[in-house]
Amino acid sequence: MNSIEYFKEHFDQLQLIDKQSGLESIRQRSFIELAEKGIPTVRNEEWKYTRISSLFNKEYDFPVDAVEVSENDLKAIRLPGHEEANELFFINGNFSPVYSNIRSADLITMPLEVAAKNEYSEIVKKHLGHSSHYLKDGINALNTAFVHGGVFIHVQKGKAPEHPVYIYNITDARSVNILAQPRSLVHISKNAQVQIVETYTTLGTSASFTNQVMEIIVEQDAMVEYYKIQNDASHASQVSTTHIRQVGKSFTHTVTISLNGDIVRNNLNVIMEADHCEAHLYGLYFQSGKTHVDNHTVVDNKSPHCLSNQLYKGILNDDATGVFNGKIFVRQVAQKTNAYQSNKNILLSEGATVNAKPQLEIFADDVKCSHGCTVGKLDEEGLFYLRSRGVSEKMARALLVQAFAVDVLEHIKPTAIRHYVDQIISQRLEFPIPLDEDLI
Amino acid sequence: MNTEILPPKTSDIENELSTIERAVQNEYKYGFVTDIEADEAPMGLSEEIVRFISAKKNEPVWMLEWRLKAYNQWLKMEEPKWANVKFPPINYQDIIYYSAPKQKIAPGSLDEIDPELRRTFEKLGISLDEQKRLTGVAVDAVIDSVSISTSFREQLGELGIIFCSMSEAIQDHPDLIKKYMSTVVPITDNYFSALNSAVFSDGSFCYIPKGVRCPMELSTYFRINAENTGQFERTLIVAEAGSYVSYLEGCTAPMRDENQLHAAVVELIAMDDAEIKYSTVQNWYPGDKNGKGGIYNFVTKRGICRGKNSKISWTQVETGSAITWKYPSVILKGDNSTGEFYSVAVTNNYQQADTGTKMQHLGKNTKSRIVSKGISAGFSNNSYRGLVHVSKNAVNARNYSQCDSLLLGDKCGAHTFPYIEVKNNTAVVEHEATTSKIGEDQIFYCNQRGIDTETAVALIINGFAKEVMNQLPMEFAVEAQKLLAISLEGSVG
Repeated sequence: MNSIEYFKEHFDQLQLIDKQSGLESIRQRSFIELAEKGIPTVRNEEWKYTRISSLFNKEYDFPVDAVEVSENDLKAIRLPGHEEANELFFINGNFSPVYSNIRSADLITMPLEVAAKNEYSEIVKKHLGHSSHYLKDGINALNTAFVHGGVFIHVQKGKAPEHPVYIYNITDARSVNILAQPRSLVHISKNAQVQIVETYTTLGTSASFTNQVMEIIVEQDAMVEYYKIQNDASHASQVSTTHIRQVGKSFTHTVTISLNGDIVRNNLNVIMEADHCEAHLYGLYFQSGKTHVDNHTVVDNKSPHCLSNQLYKGILNDDATGVFNGKIFVRQVAQKTNAYQSNKNILLSEGATVNAKPQLEIFADDVKCSHGCTVGKLDEEGLFYLRSRGVSEKMARALLVQAFAVDVLEHIKPTAIRHYVDQIISQRLEFPIPLDEDLI
Repeated sequence: MNTEILPPKTSDIENELSTIERAVQNEYKYGFVTDIEADEAPMGLSEEIVRFISAKKNEPVWMLEWRLKAYNQWLKMEEPKWANVKFPPINYQDIIYYSAPKQKIAPGSLDEIDPELRRTFEKLGISLDEQKRLTGVAVDAVIDSVSISTSFREQLGELGIIFCSMSEAIQDHPDLIKKYMSTVVPITDNYFSALNSAVFSDGSFCYIPKGVRCPMELSTYFRINAENTGQFERTLIVAEAGSYVSYLEGCTAPMRDENQLHAAVVELIAMDDAEIKYSTVQNWYPGDKNGKGGIYNFVTKRGICRGKNSKISWTQVETGSAITWKYPSVILKGDNSTGEFYSVAVTNNYQQADTGTKMQHLGKNTKSRIVSKGISAGFSNNSYRGLVHVSKNAVNARNYSQCDSLLLGDKCGAHTFPYIEVKNNTAVVEHEATTSKIGEDQIFYCNQRGIDTETAVALIINGFAKEVMNQLPMEFAVEAQKLLAISLEGSVG
């Protein structure tokens, strides 16, 4: 299926079905790019440690419509705090307004196809597909070549919706293999503010591959918090791209939590296009079994006086593999940049692997940039300390791992989500008492 | 008391800038051409040329076959493109692959050596007799591919140490060469090592027998002389069980307008409890201030700690070359073995350096330490590219890496590409990197105490590079500081 003909068939079908949305030309362009570049192999530097092409050795369905899911299914999927949240549903990669609940009046959502034609068309035209300037591989082009059933999210000027936005990506692989390609464009207007939480769920046991692209535009004086919670089935794979453009002086805060999935690849790009931007990127990956998680981050400083801070922590058990590649670019004009990056990993088992590549590319002199990377096992002294005070070995290890993770977890601001993630980690560690605020 | 700290005056900043500019504009001081008749091969590379070189050197058949094998492999390979350097394509048919001073050499007697050559060394400040008498360093000087003088050989011979040119080693010690050559850097390792294997003209061979501690620092000077001559050196150092050797390599090259290719191969082999310390000061011609000319320095350096408790230490001060492409590596195969890499890389004007190291942890309880300091000025780009690999069976591996970059001016770039691959959970790997410029507060602090900006910059840069400079043998440290001064004169005292 690696051959372009396979994609071509599906692509031609989509172009026939969806002729009027105004997105045909961008699809066409990206399809040509996809045909040129193909699916990346491990010979591609950006995919050196992640054998993504192995996912393409089977046939997938390319759904163009959202399918129905039962109320029961949804119940199991919904995140805590959903009663008070704005909920958006993607089913098999297609935005499904039927299930979505918008509770905040300040939040405007609509299918991307609609936005491409109404008063937001300028924004769509300007920003849709910008991520392809940074991700020049076939995977990103594949998503854009199949832009369809996407969503446009708009936060109005000066508004701050009081509820967070929960985005559910559901893949219904109960009967056939599914390649879901959700696409979203988020526009946060001047002086606006929003919280986004995104999660991924696969139903059924057939192959599930989600290739997602979200582009976020942050205007002057706006603030965004973005949380990605990945705890999908062990046979579900995904490439998840989040491309953030800070076009005005603005603040972004992202937390990526990867807890399960077959092959999980995250591309997080933060492009600082205005002076005095600030970005905080946090990540935690805690993987077991034979899973593979790959976090690629890019912070591109294109303007002076920006600040970025990255902290990615990894805990790898069994035969799991963790990959971290963080790039910091400081352009020549971006004087007075402060850019920090730290990646810390713990290997809990003999079979676990870490591949890290923290990368700095700096063309301006008056900057402060640093990165650090560590790989090790649990601290023997810490274990001994706890053991000598009568704490069982299992409990002692769990405590140390939990403490390691808290550095990232504490940056999850919505409390319901924080508890939800804490609980999953406690369960994973077989922690006897669920860890909550009182205990810390 | 008024404790308010005033910002430095504009004039101070200007002064500092001009200091840097001066550094950038500094001319290469070692540019001159020695006029000696050279015995050259025709231009270009073909099987005939490989045969010509081999015949010129009276090599045995096995050596010729080995070269031809390398040549045929090279034909199938492609020039690597991954390094963070840019240069116009090299025409490999436009290079003279063999050039030797015509004069017949009588080793052992310095007096019989061409006075022109002697003067060359004097200009470099390494006059052979001076070195011999004062410092006790044995110098195996190489000018344009042929070893012209080997001193102290007798003294070393008494201890059983073999220190000679590669061509002599092929004639006199074929068993050792056959046994060890290309075991660390295989012929097909990479494009440039294959090229080197096919056409290498000379180099140094050093063999330290069991339990011997080499009493002096061994050293060679490489020098590119005739125009359009690529220099392809090959060095092999074998340290038997329990032995120790410290080896120095230094280079300066005359000023040229055309780019010259330098593709050397260095192999180090350390057996049980052996230690090899390899120090380099590299100051090939870096090109003029517009980026014209300069040496392409594409070098493969690799050592293997084959035995238990062995140690290999690389120290390099890289100030020259238009393009540097060099990754001295250590394969830590023996249990408890140690690998070290200390580097100062200075780039100026339009120089490009892509340098770093690879530490392959294979044995148990292996340790490695990487300290890399990059200084970029002018329009140059300086990259650190390193790999720390801990394999599945490398229990208790330990690595510490530190790479710091200093930027002088806003037109240059500093890049860091560290690769960290850990497949064993008992490993402890640390990596840290920083990039910054010289702080205005640091300069101000010095100025305040009566130290002018120029001296202050010198102080700070010296301090920045000190961790690495301290690793150099004393005989070399002086020259290394001189070379650093030449690259960034005005900044370094």
